[in-house]
Amino acid sequence: MTRELRVVGTSVLRDDAIDKVTGAARYTTDLAFPGMLHAAILTSPHASARIVHVDLEAARAVPGVRAVLAGSDLDVRLGLYLRDKRILARDVVRYQGEPVAAVAADTLDAAREACRRIRVEYDELPAVFDPRDAMAADAPLVHPDLASYDHMRGVFFPKPGTNVAHHQKIRKGDVRASLAAADVRIEASFYNPPVQHVPMETHASIAQALPESRVEIWTSSQSPYTVRHLLSACLGLPHAAIRVHVPYVGGGFGGKAGLGLEPLATVLSRAAGGRPVLVTATREQEFNTTPSRQGLHSTIKIGATRDGRITALEATYVWDAGAYADYGVNVGRAAAYSGAGPYAIDHCSIDSYVVYTNKVYGTAYRGFGHLEVLWGIERAMDQMARKLGLDPAEFRRRNLLKEGATTITGELFTAGHGKPVECLDAVAKAIDWGRPSGAPSAPHKVRGKGIAMLHKAPAMPTYTSCAAVIKLDEDGAADVLVSGVDYGQGTYTVLRQIAAEELGLPIGKVHLTWDCDTALTPYDWQTVASRFSYMGGNAVIEAAADCLRQLTAVAAQALGVAPETIVCQDEVAFPAAEPDRAISYKDLALGYTFPNGNAIGGPIIGHGRFIATGLTHLDPETGQGRPAQFWTYGAHAVEIEVDTETGEIEILHIATAVDAGKVLNPLSCTGQVIGGVVQGLGSTLLEGFQFDDKGRLLNPSFVDYKIPTAKDLPRRMTPIFLENPQSGGPYGARGVAEHPMISVPSAIGNALADALGIDYTVLPLSPERVLLGIQKREKTP
Amino acid sequence: MVNGHMETASVPSGLTLLEFLRDRLYLTGTKEGCGIGECGACTVLLDEKPVTACLVLAVEADGCTVETVEGEAADGQLSVLQRAFVETGAVQCGFCTPGMIMSARGLLRRDPNPSDNEIVEAMAGNLCRCTGYAAILEAVRLAAVAVAAQRAAGPLTGETVGSQPAAETLMGETGTERRRFLRGAESTRKDGRR
Ligand code: FES
Ligand code: FES
Repeated sequence: MTRELRVVGTSVLRDDAIDKVTGAARYTTDLAFPGMLHAAILTSPHASARIVHVDLEAARAVPGVRAVLAGSDLDVRLGLYLRDKRILARDVVRYQGEPVAAVAADTLDAAREACRRIRVEYDELPAVFDPRDAMAADAPLVHPDLASYDHMRGVFFPKPGTNVAHHQKIRKGDVRASLAAADVRIEASFYNPPVQHVPMETHASIAQALPESRVEIWTSSQSPYTVRHLLSACLGLPHAAIRVHVPYVGGGFGGKAGLGLEPLATVLSRAAGGRPVLVTATREQEFNTTPSRQGLHSTIKIGATRDGRITALEATYVWDAGAYADYGVNVGRAAAYSGAGPYAIDHCSIDSYVVYTNKVYGTAYRGFGHLEVLWGIERAMDQMARKLGLDPAEFRRRNLLKEGATTITGELFTAGHGKPVECLDAVAKAIDWGRPSGAPSAPHKVRGKGIAMLHKAPAMPTYTSCAAVIKLDEDGAADVLVSGVDYGQGTYTVLRQIAAEELGLPIGKVHLTWDCDTALTPYDWQTVASRFSYMGGNAVIEAAADCLRQLTAVAAQALGVAPETIVCQDEVAFPAAEPDRAISYKDLALGYTFPNGNAIGGPIIGHGRFIATGLTHLDPETGQGRPAQFWTYGAHAVEIEVDTETGEIEILHIATAVDAGKVLNPLSCTGQVIGGVVQGLGSTLLEGFQFDDKGRLLNPSFVDYKIPTAKDLPRRMTPIFLENPQSGGPYGARGVAEHPMISVPSAIGNALADALGIDYTVLPLSPERVLLGIQKREKTP
Repeated sequence: MVNGHMETASVPSGLTLLEFLRDRLYLTGTKEGCGIGECGACTVLLDEKPVTACLVLAVEADGCTVETVEGEAADGQLSVLQRAFVETGAVQCGFCTPGMIMSARGLLRRDPNPSDNEIVEAMAGNLCRCTGYAAILEAVRLAAVAVAAQRAAGPLTGETVGSQPAAETLMGETGTERRRFLRGAESTRKDGRR
């Protein structure tokens, strides 16, 4: 596309920001309906137990209580890729924090009081907490009935009789022989603990059960249509019986993909005779009950030639899925096909196991497994470079994917994929890579530099699709309707820009409705995987073209000229040769009226759609196939200063390069990079679940689970965007929302090794851990 | 007084100010992010000082002035502070935004010309998971600078923002300084963290 762009590529400000700075933006918990009830959830104190008896009588007696439910009342299973979950635990509880019973009452206080009065008798069962233990033949089974669970066949492979919910294999070449033949080999193990997404708005859903089994839902979700689809499957309702609205959403990061509290709100509303019911997760439940990011144990072996070419890579990834893996199985799958980093490797073998344990369960989280696997891969790459005596940047440069190379799933790397090498070079330059750091600010401090690559593709079904509708208003302005959710990424602004660009409208005349509504806004699968601007953008381009076709046809008829001669721009349509005969969009939008009163045309409504193309399921034995619509590549380089007395790490400078293909909105993209990097710092320095020996979460609050604050900013952050166009992307763009978070830990871990000569392998790199390493001066296990 | 209106109500002793504002006065702009004083989403001004409304009882606010985000814009015109948030890209999901604005308002009320460190200190109790804070700190600084310039140069004309591409209204006024927090934030961190 060589035409000049007016709106796309500029920093259009978000119009939703006006609602948000004034307090006018309404989120789910800001909605109130006449007669709305408030719900409270009773959760399990045990990680693994049989539910012997639940006594709800005392709860029902609390004044104001309208409905009380336990798992024995509800015999349905839920799940996205694997239906392994209950609305409320039934017969057994599988993690501490699992919902066991719930109450809807006139007030939240009454609902909580009633929950306190529910008596549950448990019989504790053997539990398993470490996924590596859970793979042992004699491990207690978290899901003895795994064989009977419905799942997406041909894509996921649960192993009944074990705790393995999915085993993803990648096989390319002959890894064993190449490892044996390699000049230099390294082997290393790494660990990431489970962490929480921590959206500032916790999960919240309102449901109102209606006659004829219909239900209307307002929910803080990333996926209105997927909520509808999964609910329809689990409740056995036709899709049209379920209407899902998504108002403003206070952050998601993957944690609000799939199903959340919607089923519970629905069954409570039914039990309460159709009163609307609001269910909100408390902050503690957000940590302890709603899903998290899975933990990961990785073991990585790399073989290379003496001159620094990687010949073989073997990896085993053992994911701590927690008690349910309905979404986590796909994290294990996606992270496997990305699981060797953005390198050209001829011989590769990866086994990725998604393993049940008795802990809070995992789901999608910004980066979808890639931050976790690249923590190991990118640390291991540095270890290999060191062993080879090569500069880590140069070692990577030699091995990065370049045109003509194939990925580990056999995909040909083309010019349309972007340029990882340019990302590496850009960040290296930004932090003066290769030059020694300046003098530390105190004698007990040391400095170091680190570099790490990142990559990711959207993980989605091969047939993922979405649509967009554009309708023209009486005044010639445009309304864009989509069902992807902008929960902060800025996508709606980008889609408005695209519509304005294509339609020849000023940005102020393009509006996008904020409330998604499955009854009114057109289909979109889910807002995950950094694919909304790409797919939604393409759909909007097509919808705009459809509008222009209609505008052109009416204008041509009105002017008595051939449609091919009509030009649409700056809110008018005119014959190319006769600009003075222009008709404004306003006079065409609802139909054109001739001076004598005759009218032609009619309201203009354009529609566009997009479906992923050319994707294949991966071969079950070799993982070969085409899993990704597009890949986004990037790199971080960081300079740090470590306090050897306290173990504290200060980030002096972090440079982040992403090959965005085309930057559709620089302000938004920069916001994604800075937000992502700081979120990545959380995973690097601060965050991780801690459990006691009974599997109870020890840090389900902001006091014990710290996330970055304004005091934790790096001294300097440099976002860099490259624009090597993506084939098929709107204006050449590819997704960038998740990527900046990926590999932040790896870059800092590498800088720490540079500063201290210590290889840390376990996250987070908390002051205690760093200090312990300094004191021991030996490798952590 | 809440946002300049006298409000009279009799409330249960256990009702928090947050519940009173949201459930009784329908001022839902103030958000609940934790309910136990740890996130700052519920920040409002009580007698001009920022407090977490989830930890204040409604009865404790008896006879006090309360300011919430709904009172920040005057006559349908965004305040300079609000405009700064919009223009710097300090708003993503927006759930932390009302609390951020009120913390910033409290700071600027106390000290119209805060140092970068004071800005960081004042905002450090408000959690944001989306933006990485840099743009928020930048917005607060920009608002302070713009108000100072406004005082020096007479009234600032209220311009609408949002539907215009990259309105440079506030940013222009502060010229080269604008990206201090976003790019080279050295000055905020000179004397260390925590
Ligand atoms: S809701 Fe009051 S501090 Fe979090
Ligand atoms: S903008 Fe989402 S939490 Fe701050």
